[in-house]
Amino acid sequence: MKSAVIVFPGSNRDRDTADALELVSGKRPAMVWHADSELPDVDLVVVPGGFSYGDYLRCGAMASQSAIMKEIKAHADKGGLVLGICNGFQVLTESHLLPGALMRNAGLKFVSRPVTLTVEETQLSFTRKYGKGQHVSFPAAHGEGNYYADTETLDRLEGEGRVVFRYAPGDNPNGSVRDIAGVMSEKHNVMGLMPHPECVVDPLLGPPDGLPLFQSLVEALS
Amino acid sequence: MKARVFITLKNGVLDPQGKAIGHALNGLGFGSVGEVRQGKVIDLELSETDAAKAKAELKAMCEKLLANTVIEKYEIELKS
Repeated sequence: MKSAVIVFPGSNRDRDTADALELVSGKRPAMVWHADSELPDVDLVVVPGGFSYGDYLRCGAMASQSAIMKEIKAHADKGGLVLGICNGFQVLTESHLLPGALMRNAGLKFVSRPVTLTVEETQLSFTRKYGKGQHVSFPAAHGEGNYYADTETLDRLEGEGRVVFRYAPGDNPNGSVRDIAGVMSEKHNVMGLMPHPECVVDPLLGPPDGLPLFQSLVEALS
Repeated sequence: MKARVFITLKNGVLDPQGKAIGHALNGLGFGSVGEVRQGKVIDLELSETDAAKAKAELKAMCEKLLANTVIEKYEIELKS
């Protein structure tokens, strides 16, 4: 699996994401600066977590205008895989690669704690190593993770099996509509989620619930 | 030419900050305050002198960057 991790000014989960990718694939991902206008030849692009451009204007709004985003859109248009985690999810919604928007947490507080998620879809490149309905625990660390889309969009997402992760009942940390934690593009090749699977890939840090996500990608791309 | 852009959440989109402001005002004794919605104001200076062209340009700016039209609406005010 050949992968790239995009680095924006203010990204802070880029190196952990690269470590997770290297752990499962044995290959160090290319680290691509946001101002670059070319992507290396890769199967997977990851837009990592952090606070790109200091969250100015709206989270992910500035990053969505970066030079590299044109290349990421072209990669996605060709069916290439794109994963956005936390700020990366915000960047992908601001870029219209994923539907909906991520708003200020309903409780107005930054949330930093493990959350339990239900894996809703397991036929995908991103989640095939999980069981359907499986509960996993990923750390959440965000102030603006409150997923919103209009009712028509939500119904379509659910009808098309594009809600990939939901917060487990009673564990919605941010007021996301219908407990949505992660969604997928129409062509099933772009996924974004708020909690951090890349933080839980080493048993030293607790149950490695994030590992199957990265292993799914390796298997899908082999 | 100067312009002011108002960006607010669309009707029906939950505004927790507006709610918190409303609660705080009620707590201060401003009992007449009902729903509160908050937003952003952006002031811009433009070299464009034609009002119609400036407005069209500002609209494009709002659609492309200043507002996220999934959740926000915008109003443009020109000041000559």
